[in-house]
Amino acid sequence: MTPFVDIAFLILSFFIMATKFKPPEPVEIKTPGSVLSQKLPENNAVLITIDSTNRVYFSVMSEKDKTKYDAIINDINTTQSLGLTPAEIQNYRQTYAVGVPFGGLKQLLATNFKDQASLKQPGIPVLDTLNNQLVHWIGAAKRAFAGEKGFKYLIKGDGHSKYPTFEAVISALKKNDEFKYNLVTALDDVPSGSEFSKAQYFVPENKK
Amino acid sequence: MASIDSGGGDGGHKKGPGVKKAKKLSTRVDMTPMVDLGFLLITFFVFTATMNEPTALDLNMPKDVDDEKKKTEVKESSVLTIMLGKGDQVYYYEGKLEPDASNFKQTTYKGIRDIIINKKAEVKSRFNPATVDPKACEDEKNQAKKKGDPDWENACKDIDFTVIIKPDDDASYKNTVDILDEMTINQVKRYALVKPFEDEVKVIRATESANGIK
Repeated sequence: MTPFVDIAFLILSFFIMATKFKPPEPVEIKTPGSVLSQKLPENNAVLITIDSTNRVYFSVMSEKDKTKYDAIINDINTTQSLGLTPAEIQNYRQTYAVGVPFGGLKQLLATNFKDQASLKQPGIPVLDTLNNQLVHWIGAAKRAFAGEKGFKYLIKGDGHSKYPTFEAVISALKKNDEFKYNLVTALDDVPSGSEFSKAQYFVPENKK
Repeated sequence: MASIDSGGGDGGHKKGPGVKKAKKLSTRVDMTPMVDLGFLLITFFVFTATMNEPTALDLNMPKDVDDEKKKTEVKESSVLTIMLGKGDQVYYYEGKLEPDASNFKQTTYKGIRDIIINKKAEVKSRFNPATVDPKACEDEKNQAKKKGDPDWENACKDIDFTVIIKPDDDASYKNTVDILDEMTINQVKRYALVKPFEDEVKVIRATESANGIK
């Protein structure tokens, strides 16, 4: 039995090391599929989430450099004159996603991050073109990440969310002169015989 | 009464033939519970392991320009306009929408692929080198060559082919991603995501109510 047990524990250690736990998410998002297999960045990114009821959340992905969180929240605090306390600003580091208008931000950050999941967030207002608050969030992030290489905007939308919300998110990014985004998708199979499936198997001349 | 066997008495340490030796304790441990637990953990990690890592779809948008002169112009004959309506319906027309909407057609997300392929092939077959900017054509060929496309000589034949995607307010985000994905699948190099015109919305609404799509 010994070799058998050895193998079993080897497999066990593999899975323990290979497993990555998902970060807590404010809402469950069912992303649509696409055929592209590009990996998603985990650092230096801003994630804009759209849930199935068209609510918009803003989160920053910067595990390596936590000061980015402070820079963004301080920026928002000053430009919107929200009067956040230092403790609330500190709490932003743990906040997974912000889905409240500026008026509700103080209350959200006053809540311990463990209890934030149970807090109902109404989403950042985006649909009103005159009061698209996401513009300010993206502006703050853009200033905080200025000069960082490989900084990306990720848009993670639920398949059932409606197009106008997505368009409002894009227009908020456009207002900040940002034109390149990544849409988060699940991986779909490439339809066989399509031009893309043919193109995938090319070996570039210089790599032969 | 409890008594302690002092080991004295008649036996002593003389062991006669009938006396049993003291049992040596086995050094082996019963591993069954450990193995049970091991397998339980394997099962747990196998189930929780997230194998389908999320992927990313690139989307590049142009800067909004108000200046009419700077707007990108496309040739009417090589344009395919795809509109996304509610209830996962796709509408499309080639070229310009006729005033009586006679070239306005309806299909599904499954059917749209063939329409894109056919239109692309049609544009390719009509290719006339005299009408395109030779420099742009050369760039296109070089890019395809770099990518290792064996058919790079023909890479610029579909240079005029443009797909205009117009999701209306009832289209879902999934519809948008699906159609963008379709652009990747069919290797459409030029496509734009824009708002539908009012007359187009009207035709979509009329078709939707005629077909009873809610």
